[in-house]
Amino acid sequence: MTKQNGGKDPGYFLDLEEGVVGRELFVSEELYEREQEQVFARAWLLIGHESLIPKKGDFFVSRMGEESVLLTRDRKDKIHVFLNSCPHRGMKICRYDEGNSKVLECPYHGWGFSLDGRLAAVPHQKAYMDVLDTEKWGLTEVAKLANYKGSIWATWDPEAPEFADYMGEALLHLDTVLDSRDGSEGGSIVLPGIQKCIVPSNWKFGAENFVGDIYHNHSHASVDMVGIGPSGKGRRDDEEMMTANKTIMRCWNMPMGHGGISSLQLDDYPYAPVYRDYPEIDAWFKECYELRQERLGKKARLLGAVGTIFPNMSYHGTQPRSMFVWHPHGPNHMEFWRFYLVDKDTPDSVKDVLRHYYMRYSGPAGLTEQDDLENWNYATAASRGVIARRRPYNYQLGMGLRTRQEGIPGDVCERLMTEDNQRNLYKTWDRFMQGQSWTDITS
Amino acid sequence: MAENERLARLLLTSEIEAFFYEEADLLDLRRYSEWLELLHDDIHYWVPMLRNVKYGSHEQYEETPTKGGISWIDEGLTTLTQRVQQIETGIHWAEEPLSRISHLVTNLRVSKVEGGWEKPTAVDTRCRFLIYRNRVETETDFFVGKREDSLVRQGDNWKIIKRKVILDQNVLTAKNLTFFF
Repeated sequence: MTKQNGGKDPGYFLDLEEGVVGRELFVSEELYEREQEQVFARAWLLIGHESLIPKKGDFFVSRMGEESVLLTRDRKDKIHVFLNSCPHRGMKICRYDEGNSKVLECPYHGWGFSLDGRLAAVPHQKAYMDVLDTEKWGLTEVAKLANYKGSIWATWDPEAPEFADYMGEALLHLDTVLDSRDGSEGGSIVLPGIQKCIVPSNWKFGAENFVGDIYHNHSHASVDMVGIGPSGKGRRDDEEMMTANKTIMRCWNMPMGHGGISSLQLDDYPYAPVYRDYPEIDAWFKECYELRQERLGKKARLLGAVGTIFPNMSYHGTQPRSMFVWHPHGPNHMEFWRFYLVDKDTPDSVKDVLRHYYMRYSGPAGLTEQDDLENWNYATAASRGVIARRRPYNYQLGMGLRTRQEGIPGDVCERLMTEDNQRNLYKTWDRFMQGQSWTDITS
Repeated sequence: MAENERLARLLLTSEIEAFFYEEADLLDLRRYSEWLELLHDDIHYWVPMLRNVKYGSHEQYEETPTKGGISWIDEGLTTLTQRVQQIETGIHWAEEPLSRISHLVTNLRVSKVEGGWEKPTAVDTRCRFLIYRNRVETETDFFVGKREDSLVRQGDNWKIIKRKVILDQNVLTAKNLTFFF
């Protein structure tokens, strides 16, 4: 069954009742172009974090979809996001990764912009004979911007719902990344050094993997055998916490396409060591854990593992704690950006252990993630052919097992192994691609 | 410079060159466990990321910091050994089947010597590298950059105690870094 769009063939095959998704979603040039318009020019996208621009005049170059954007803090301390392209002749205004300046001057003809986006300096302005209205020729600014516990989000669509509405209860899962380990609100910072790499994979492979694909654990057997986890085995230690206590791990999802994997402790359990190789570090985490329990009460029983915020932001909640973005980079490539987080007041000794662990787990040199990138690379490559495209992908795992679980916000699957979150992600993707109104998308 | 010292410099540079060629061979011939033997127990193996920064601030900001920051790779012998073990599981999909890799090492200079040229106990070196990686069918990557190594003498052998790799890229143009520099 091909879903119909006003009687017209939408150009892709998707039958979520049957649990199948056409391969053209992952390889088609035409769909990719349409995604830029229908998904990336409308949805809320992660830009970065306020800790990347702590001072007035700071800027950080990020991306929204395919396009370069500037994250700035103006002289009144207000945060902005602008398209990084001069309104005059299109030149990429800023080609630094980050910095501090009163004015961003375009290298081409010298138009200068203050960090609030105003056109502040025009060479030979008299020659414009008063025709140029500088008020109208400032930088292209996003329609809406949100600062959620330090993470900065934006959308180009003025009709988009407010960020909190777009997120719904997914915020409670995102909190497991952004809140301090002791349960106090926010307080995270990004460690200097943003990993960026180009992967020959469609961006959706990253999004659907992190939306809750516990099934792919198979591909990480080698790293589990080697044992890079901070207790000297496996790759993470959340399992340790789970065996010590009665904890259920579930995939959750939201109507907007967001989803992830979180754990719920069935009671207020004492701390179980998750950094056994580093007693000093473990003591810090124990202290934080107890403070969090004290502060949040029953809510502290929710522990985040991974998740995807539609369309292309994902996170690791605890080990290794980070936010990342799968930027589209043509149908067959993505540009993968990863921001690693710690609490602002983390002792240096803890920070040092964490950053080493983050790097050996994640990113292009991470022992875990390398295998993911390889799979997504060759899944994209092997799906391009005409014969390959005749066979849709199978997403039938855990069909019909959607339920609710008190303490885990969102719909959950009765069983741990499920692809309900992927089906849900593509349902939202389909709504965006059909150009549905926000009322329809959010219904 | 005395004739003896000139000769000693030449001999030492040649000795270090031979050491690096042998090292490259061990890696390219996939004799990873033997390669690990060349590393000092306290090795610091570091591949910072390079940022686009304003003229004049390169020294301070171009490289991501090893203290309190994130790099491509920043680790010691334990993790390097785990990388080898992972390849040897035969199910590390990013290196299974194994890539075909060739290291070219060139522009070698011994920049610092401890203990004198004739009986050195430690040296600092600078060189350039070109790493060619070809995998599966046509997948091909080139990695070019600078390497700063520190070697210390242990008995009859040199051991690498510091390797800093300046990979001349900003956004990594390859999907991963599964190989050793």
